[in-house]
Amino acid sequence: MIECEGLSKTYRVARREAGFGNAVKALFSREYETIQALRDVSFSVRDGEIVGYIGPNGAGKSTTIKTMCGILTPDSGKCVINGRVPWRDRKKHVREIGVVFGQRSQLWWDIPVAESFRLLRDMYKVEPAVYRRNLEELTELLGLREILKTPVRNLSLGQRMRCEIAASLLHDPRILFLDEPTIGLDAVSKLNVRRFVKKRNKEHGTTVILTTHDMQDIEALTGRILLIGKGRLLLDGNLEELKKHISPKKTLHIKYQGKTPRLFEGIVLLEEKMDDTEAMEGQMKLSLDPGGLSVSAAIEALAEQTNLLDVSVTDITAEEMVAALYKEYEI
Amino acid sequence: MRVYGSIFRIRLINGLQYRSVALGEVLMRFFWGLMEILAYAALFRTGQGNFSMTFSQTVSYVWMQQVLFVLFRVVVGDGDIYSTIEEGSIAYELVRPVSLYGRWFFQSAAGRVVPTVLGSLPLLLIVPFLPGSCRMIFPSQAGRILLFVVSCVLALGVVAAFAMLMYISLFYLTSQRGIKIIVTAVTHFFSGGMIPLRFFPDRARAVVQCLPFASMRDMPLQIWCGTMTGPEVFWGMMIQIFWLAVLLLAGYAAMEHALKRVVVQGG
Repeated sequence: MIECEGLSKTYRVARREAGFGNAVKALFSREYETIQALRDVSFSVRDGEIVGYIGPNGAGKSTTIKTMCGILTPDSGKCVINGRVPWRDRKKHVREIGVVFGQRSQLWWDIPVAESFRLLRDMYKVEPAVYRRNLEELTELLGLREILKTPVRNLSLGQRMRCEIAASLLHDPRILFLDEPTIGLDAVSKLNVRRFVKKRNKEHGTTVILTTHDMQDIEALTGRILLIGKGRLLLDGNLEELKKHISPKKTLHIKYQGKTPRLFEGIVLLEEKMDDTEAMEGQMKLSLDPGGLSVSAAIEALAEQTNLLDVSVTDITAEEMVAALYKEYEI
Repeated sequence: MRVYGSIFRIRLINGLQYRSVALGEVLMRFFWGLMEILAYAALFRTGQGNFSMTFSQTVSYVWMQQVLFVLFRVVVGDGDIYSTIEEGSIAYELVRPVSLYGRWFFQSAAGRVVPTVLGSLPLLLIVPFLPGSCRMIFPSQAGRILLFVVSCVLALGVVAAFAMLMYISLFYLTSQRGIKIIVTAVTHFFSGGMIPLRFFPDRARAVVQCLPFASMRDMPLQIWCGTMTGPEVFWGMMIQIFWLAVLLLAGYAAMEHALKRVVVQGG
C-alpha cells in the first residue's frame, strides 16, 4: 500500500546570463532560482496494482519515484509505504522494493552479470535457497541463460535491460519501480519486457509503478494512469478518461510521387517537404479529424490526385496528449 | 560484515580485468625508483655523512614506497565512485539496504589493493636481487615485518577514510578537478611520497609526523627500513589508530549530512 499526501519539493538552481562578464560576476555572487519540482502531489496505490506514471520531461516523475524510493526528502507532505516513511526508514524500506532506472545501470560494467547478481544477493541478505529459486525463475523467464557469464559491456541494450530487471527482483520485492524501462529498446525487446512485467504482477502480486513516454507501454500494462505536469498531478484515472480529454485527431504521413496533392476540407497541412524535385517525390504531414472525414476517405481522395508511395496513420503521442491537457488546464 | 566482504571481492574481480595497466605500472615504478635511488646516491656521495637515514635504509624506503605506491595514494582511479556521484547512478546505491559509507570505504580500499597486487608486487621479485647498493634489504626480524604489515593495513584505512571525505565533498561541488589537485599535492608531500619525512628539518618533522598524512605512508615505510623502532613504532601506530578513528567518524557524519540534501538530477 502506497499513500502519498501533499508531497512538495523544490530545487535551487544557480542561474546567470551567458557571457564572460557574467561568469566572473557569478564567482562572487550567485543568483538562485527556486524550481518547484512537486506541488501538493497526492495519490494512493493498492497492493498488486500496476500504475503508469506519465508526463513530459521535467514534470516531476523521477522526483516522485525517487521520493518513494527514499532517495530524496520532500520539503513537505506525507508518504507512507507499507507502513514506513521511505526517507526516514530508508534501509528497511528499500529491502522491500525493487528499482530499475532505465537510463542508468546497476550492473558492474566490465565483469559478468552473474557477479553483480551475487553482490546484490549479499547486499539484500537473500537466503541461498531463495536466491537459487529466484535466479532460476528469472533466468528462465527473461532468457538470461546465455548471457549471465557475459561482461555487461558486451551486452546489447535489450539484453542489459532484461538483466537490470532481473537484478531488481532477486530479493522478492513487494513493490517494483520501473523508471522508463523500455527506453531505447527495439519492438521485440519492448514486448518481452511488457510481457514479463505483466506476468510478474499476476503471479507474484507485485505492485508496479511505471514511468514511461511510450503510450503502448501504458496500454499494454495498465488501466490506471497518473498524469503529472509541471509538478502538479493533473489526472488520476484510466486511459479512457485521458483519451476523452484530448481530441481524437489522427496524423497522416504520406510519401508521394508526381503532382503535389491539393488539400481539401477536413484536412490540415502540418509539414511539407520535397525529397527530390526532379523525380517529383515529396512528403506531407497532415492532420485530420475522423469525426468529419474518415481516414479511408482521405487516403482515397489523396490517391486520386497523385501516386502515393507510402502512407502511415498515427494517433497523437503521449507528449501531444499532455500538451493538449496543458492547454486545458492552462499551465 | 559479509556484504562488505562481497563489495571488496567484486571490486577485486573488476580490477583484475586490466592487464596492460598493471604491466605499465610495474615498468614505471621500477624506473622511477631507480632514478630516485641514483639521485640519492649522488646526494650521499657529496654530503658530509650527517644524514638522518643511511643509504641502505633510504634504498629500502624508496623501493617499498614504489611497491606500495598505489596502495597509499589518496587520489587514485576510483572512477566508479566519482562517476556514481557525477552521473547520478548514486540513485541505485541509495536503494540498497547497505550503508553507503561502508560500501564506498571497502570499494575504495579494494580499488587500491588490486593494482598493488597486480602491478607493484612483481617489483618485489626484482628489487632484492639488484646489483650492489641498489638492492632492497629485507628486515632481519620477523617481528618487524609483522609490525610493518599491521601498520600498512592501518595506513590503507587512513587513506581510504581520507579519500571518503574527498568523495563526500563532491556532493557539494560540481567538479572533482580542483579538489583532486589540492589533495594530491598535500598528501603526496606530507606523507613521504616525495622524500622520506626523516629528511625534513627536525622541528618541522615533529609536527608533520603527527599529521594524518604521515600515517598514510611514511610510518609503515619507516618501520620497514628500520628508522622507526621500539616505542616509536608503538606511538606511531597509536597516531595511525587515532587518525583512522577521527576520519571515520568525520566521514560518517559528513555522509549523513550530505545524503540529507542529495539531489539526483535528470531522468
